[in-house]
Amino acid sequence: MTRVAVVGAGPAGIRAAEALHAAGVAPVLIDEGRQAGGQGYRAPAPGIALDMHALMGSQAGRYEALHAAFADLRGRIDHRPGTLVWAIEDGVLHVATQGRADTLAFDALILATGAMDRVAPVRGWTLPGVFTLGGAQVALKEQGCLVGRRVAFCGSSPLLALAALQYHAMGAQVVGVCDTTSLGEKVRAAPRLAASPGTLARGLSYLARLKRAGVPLLFGVAPETIEGGSRVEALVVRDAAGRRIRLACDAVALGHGLKPETQLAELAGATFDFDPARRLWLPRIDADGRAGPGLYLAGDGAAIGGADAAEASGELAALAALADLGRPVDVRRMAALRRRVRRLRTFQMGLARAFAWPARSVADMGDDVTVCRCENIDAGEIREAARGGLVPGEVNRVKAITRCGMGRCQGRVCGSALQEIVAAEAGVTVEAAGRLRGQAPVKPVMLSIAETDAP
Amino acid sequence: MAGGEAGPDGDDAAAPLLVRATVRDGAQVRFTFDGRALTAHAGETILVAILTQGPHLRAFEFAPAHRAGFCLMGACQDCWVWFEDGGRARACTTPITEGLRIVSRPPMHAGTPR
Repeated sequence: MTRVAVVGAGPAGIRAAEALHAAGVAPVLIDEGRQAGGQGYRAPAPGIALDMHALMGSQAGRYEALHAAFADLRGRIDHRPGTLVWAIEDGVLHVATQGRADTLAFDALILATGAMDRVAPVRGWTLPGVFTLGGAQVALKEQGCLVGRRVAFCGSSPLLALAALQYHAMGAQVVGVCDTTSLGEKVRAAPRLAASPGTLARGLSYLARLKRAGVPLLFGVAPETIEGGSRVEALVVRDAAGRRIRLACDAVALGHGLKPETQLAELAGATFDFDPARRLWLPRIDADGRAGPGLYLAGDGAAIGGADAAEASGELAALAALADLGRPVDVRRMAALRRRVRRLRTFQMGLARAFAWPARSVADMGDDVTVCRCENIDAGEIREAARGGLVPGEVNRVKAITRCGMGRCQGRVCGSALQEIVAAEAGVTVEAAGRLRGQAPVKPVMLSIAETDAP
Repeated sequence: MAGGEAGPDGDDAAAPLLVRATVRDGAQVRFTFDGRALTAHAGETILVAILTQGPHLRAFEFAPAHRAGFCLMGACQDCWVWFEDGGRARACTTPITEGLRIVSRPPMHAGTPR
């Protein structure tokens, strides 16, 4: 029997599993989350009463459709929630569930591993009360909690205004939305964004509603520090004119767009290319999501495209896998999905300019700013290591010397900043500074699971 | 936080970090954190159960500071907590359950003075 494994039960993974099931190839759908939906379409935990229709706003229809599709599918496929894939080798997944290890062989693998926030470090960002922007949304959607009573939103992302509006609606005082991209940059990105006028209009309406609610909206800001003794007390920024602004608050949500979770793709044999527009290393895929023999990538874990692109690319990857397995597929449907995915990802390229990763200010951050939250490594230590060593200016060497990127998050949080600081200090391009290599286990697993591993 | 100690910035230092913004209809769940008896609601994560009643989750290993989670989606590993009988959990993705005895530092250090 042909076994197709799908990793990740967000919009891409659910649509992939649905397409496989429809073609008579019941997949194994493995998800680290306890509930399907992924991050953007995260559902409230059982016992948490939350009006998701109101909270999701214009996305409510797609949210409800995806969860309805999964409810219909879950009893018909092998769904394994709360299961971490921690290694992949020779057509076998190594998984851990509730402290027990298992292995699972596959003929084809669809990775729909999603993305997490990319965050530019700022002085004081290790204080309790600082969360990622996505984390602030997860607290609300899954747990019905606000990360604070007076919350500052800082970074550069279309989700900044959306999250701020959701927090305002749920009773938080939003003390400011501080976007690090200037209005001039946003205007220059406008022609690309016009490719999807509905999405552009929705983004502008969020800003208008925040303005009507009296929320300060700042553009082109430079975050200076997050103040506090044992927890967040204020976010201090310089505005576009260089004025110092102190926003008293008890929580800060930070986010500079998304970075794909590519560790499993790397273990499965994907090749990586540097994307100069986003300054990220991304797995190489063809128009259908093929990344190697029997390996398919879909959703934001393959290329940042948002939830709609994730749904379409998940179905497309499943159809590509079916075609490669010799099953009949609807080639017209594949062509339509291909066009849709291409259009949505092109729009995201525009967003990457309108909400830019602040490469310059990251490279210039003070020596005293913590870069690696896990191992407590600051920018000064990274610069010293980047100057010396046998291979100056290579991120994996700097990781070995400083331990930045070697901690329990394995460089997920600090990696983007590390590459900017190393490249600037060594006087090389970010591409030349190299890519932090991933390795198994892709997330920490307890040694005790080894005792339960099947021979 | 267990003893309600005040930080350098005054009484507010011990106030809860997170705010419940919705009704909970899950059953009450009893647990302890650093020896203090607390209750939460079924459906809540360990992180929410602790941070709606206190300011942090764990002691930081390399400096006199505390951590309270960061990504809330299982990626950053900032929110580890430990259990009195050994073992650890990622607080943001682990549900709170009846009778858990949670501590803010690895149990081998649990007896050392703060």
